[in-house]
Amino acid sequence: MEMNQYLDIFIEESKEHLQSCNEKLLELEQNPDDLGIVNEIFRSAHTLKGMGATMGFEDLADLTHKIENVFDAIRNQKLEVTPEIMDVLFEALENLEEIVLSIADGGDGKKDVSAIVKKLQAIESGEQIEDETAENETSREQVQDVKKLKFDEYDRTVILQSIEQGFQVYEINIRLREDCILKAARAFMVFELLEKHGEVVKSSPSVDLLEEEKFDNNFSVAYITKEDKDFIRNSLLKISEVEEVLVEKVNVEKPSTERVQQSVSSIQSNSSQQTAASKQTTVSSKQSRQQKDSSKDTSQKQKKNQQKTIRVNIERLDILMNLFEELVIDKGRLEQISKELNHSELKETVEKMSRVSADLQNIILNMRMIPIETVFNRFPRMVRNLARDLNKKINLVVTGAETELDRTVIDEIGDPLVHLIRNAIDHGIETPETRLKYGKKEEGTLRLSAYHSGNHVFIEIEDDGAGINQKKVLQKAIERGIVTKEASETLTEKQIHELIFASGFSTAEKISDVSGRGVGLDVVKNTIESLGGSITIESEEGKGSLFSIQLPLTLTIISAMLIEVGNEKYGIPISSIIESLVIKKEDILQTHQNKVIDYRGKIVPLVFLKEIFEVDAEDDQDYVSIVVVKKGDKMAGLVVDSFIGQQEIVLKSLGQYLTNVFAISGATILGDGQVALIVDCNALIQ
Amino acid sequence: MANSVFNEQKVIVFQLQDKEYGVFVQNVKSIEKVDHITRVPKTADYIKGVINLRGVVTPIIDLRKRLNMPEKEITDQTRVIIAVQNEMEVGLIVDSANDVVDISEDSIEPAPSVIEQVETEFIKGITKLDKRLIMLLDLEKVLSKENQRVIEHEQVV
Repeated sequence: MEMNQYLDIFIEESKEHLQSCNEKLLELEQNPDDLGIVNEIFRSAHTLKGMGATMGFEDLADLTHKIENVFDAIRNQKLEVTPEIMDVLFEALENLEEIVLSIADGGDGKKDVSAIVKKLQAIESGEQIEDETAENETSREQVQDVKKLKFDEYDRTVILQSIEQGFQVYEINIRLREDCILKAARAFMVFELLEKHGEVVKSSPSVDLLEEEKFDNNFSVAYITKEDKDFIRNSLLKISEVEEVLVEKVNVEKPSTERVQQSVSSIQSNSSQQTAASKQTTVSSKQSRQQKDSSKDTSQKQKKNQQKTIRVNIERLDILMNLFEELVIDKGRLEQISKELNHSELKETVEKMSRVSADLQNIILNMRMIPIETVFNRFPRMVRNLARDLNKKINLVVTGAETELDRTVIDEIGDPLVHLIRNAIDHGIETPETRLKYGKKEEGTLRLSAYHSGNHVFIEIEDDGAGINQKKVLQKAIERGIVTKEASETLTEKQIHELIFASGFSTAEKISDVSGRGVGLDVVKNTIESLGGSITIESEEGKGSLFSIQLPLTLTIISAMLIEVGNEKYGIPISSIIESLVIKKEDILQTHQNKVIDYRGKIVPLVFLKEIFEVDAEDDQDYVSIVVVKKGDKMAGLVVDSFIGQQEIVLKSLGQYLTNVFAISGATILGDGQVALIVDCNALIQ
Repeated sequence: MANSVFNEQKVIVFQLQDKEYGVFVQNVKSIEKVDHITRVPKTADYIKGVINLRGVVTPIIDLRKRLNMPEKEITDQTRVIIAVQNEMEVGLIVDSANDVVDISEDSIEPAPSVIEQVETEFIKGITKLDKRLIMLLDLEKVLSKENQRVIEHEQVV
């Protein structure tokens, strides 16, 4: 199908629109009166519908159409935003998401949406609005009863102000001939003519529907002008295929000023967030319109900003990255050659190239950076649903969503975060009754934050819930045989907290389908460690817990210290190195089973890489080279034969055949084309 | 004989212990000379290590050891066959590799249960070509990780 080339764009944009619908819907839930939000959702839904219809995904278009109708009703204040309606809307969005996902997976986008469509229709029909059949009926009624056009408070204010300023406001009902073919074109001509002499403030059906020819043969508009009734009527009748024009003056009763101010101030607060343009405090039609314009301005501004970026297929970025990796390897080779040749001009050139390549690396890495927002986005709704399912009240506070991380990390970090958040909601935050009993606020707070620090990104999940019950954890750990009773007595608070990451651990008294059965926190830990990160817990019983995840900015190019063991070369990631030192052989101490050194007043166990990696080589040196590495608070000294130096290296996997090699996290290609293995310090520190 | 042409497959022939073995050409990515191999500690003894194959780190298996044959020094004739199976790329060290033959599928017979000195579990079938006997390697078995673990286990014990 020729549409295929647009499919990717369609999927991407659909996802974006769905995401924005989701966000706005959550916002709307907080401020049900803010019509600005409703308008934005309406726009997104409308675009989605158009795209779905163009691509031939009828179920998608159908469902969005129904959603649009509901929003239209809300917008026109025919419907109040109630939690029930919100639930149905969220459900409808979920359905849409499923459709889009199925399309993305190569499906045909077909889904039985009748159930949710029925629900949406029920909401609508509760208040009679234009869904396709009702629409026709209303329009037909309009021939007899012209007063059918409904004005909300905002329209009424505009109309009233216009009348005060000497304009005439008419309600015009136009009927086209039965055999009219291009109804939309005729409607357009009507609008064009009307706009010449005044302004159309409202139409029924809406302009969008008119454009799409989704109306019978007649439509009504509210029209502000200085011309008189007959002039308008006669000019309209000149348009061919217009059969009948009814023009009637509109009378509106004065609206309650309170309402108006409310709606205007909500518009203001909406636009003032974006621009400083709105300083109006009094209500006038002009000002309201100005505000409308200013919000239009901002949306245009946003569009302009968007136009400065282009979409690049992620695959291309990956290819670019791979090519650059090759370049880094060759750069390493050049550096080595220039060192050997000791040719000054060559040296200079290579140095310059190194600098350029460092800049290039920064840029490429930055290109692959995605704001963590893409992961955080899905959480507000998840939290909302979970809170509802568990009958808890939870306020989710998200900060630092703009923090950027490498795409590979972003792809992996979603599931662990979902798990931790579920955990915090299920086990952490108590039910409202319990919270009240302990003198806490009824509503629990869940803080999700991300920030940069050095070469790392931190993600924190903090709740003000029950915290970790150390006694329970210990009891469970002993029951499950994770620690022995004797050992448990010597554990520090921190070590006890870390027990919950042991596999097969669950302290929830009730097993819920929310946070599973305790298999998982260990998976979370493994995933994060496989990304080169770490996770720590701080918790105070009764006050809450804080899970802090530390992640490297990027995965593929790292700084490493190259060392030699026998005649084999290994790399140790700089991120885990504290210091490298050379000590006298006599300074190595022998404890019960281990050899240790006294490192700045601390006893640090030694790990002889020669033994671990089974390298054949004698050691008869008087001095020992040691690399002190850390894992969390723990340290170890890796005994090597010699240091080679620090180098930027490209981390590569050992391939699918060699998985789970002990203490090796990957490999890199050195300047001379040989492969060097990268030591996984985490595996060496117990 | 149009039919047999249809059923013919190209097979890369290589030597181990003066015997001829074959792998289907679609399972072979390239044939390389032996370059520097980096040993990977704590792996099964037949895993020689990894090489840099044009920027891709590729594991290398000593096929002699894998098939329980005595080891042999690397010579000028020694080759590494880069085999592809289930999206895994692995290099196999063989004594030499210098022939490509067409084999019709009809001529492949199941391997007899006993072939002198060689583990028959790694042989998928046998085919005769004039007077040559070519044993077709079962790559899936050679590269299976289960076997890898079993042998690792034996090593530990």
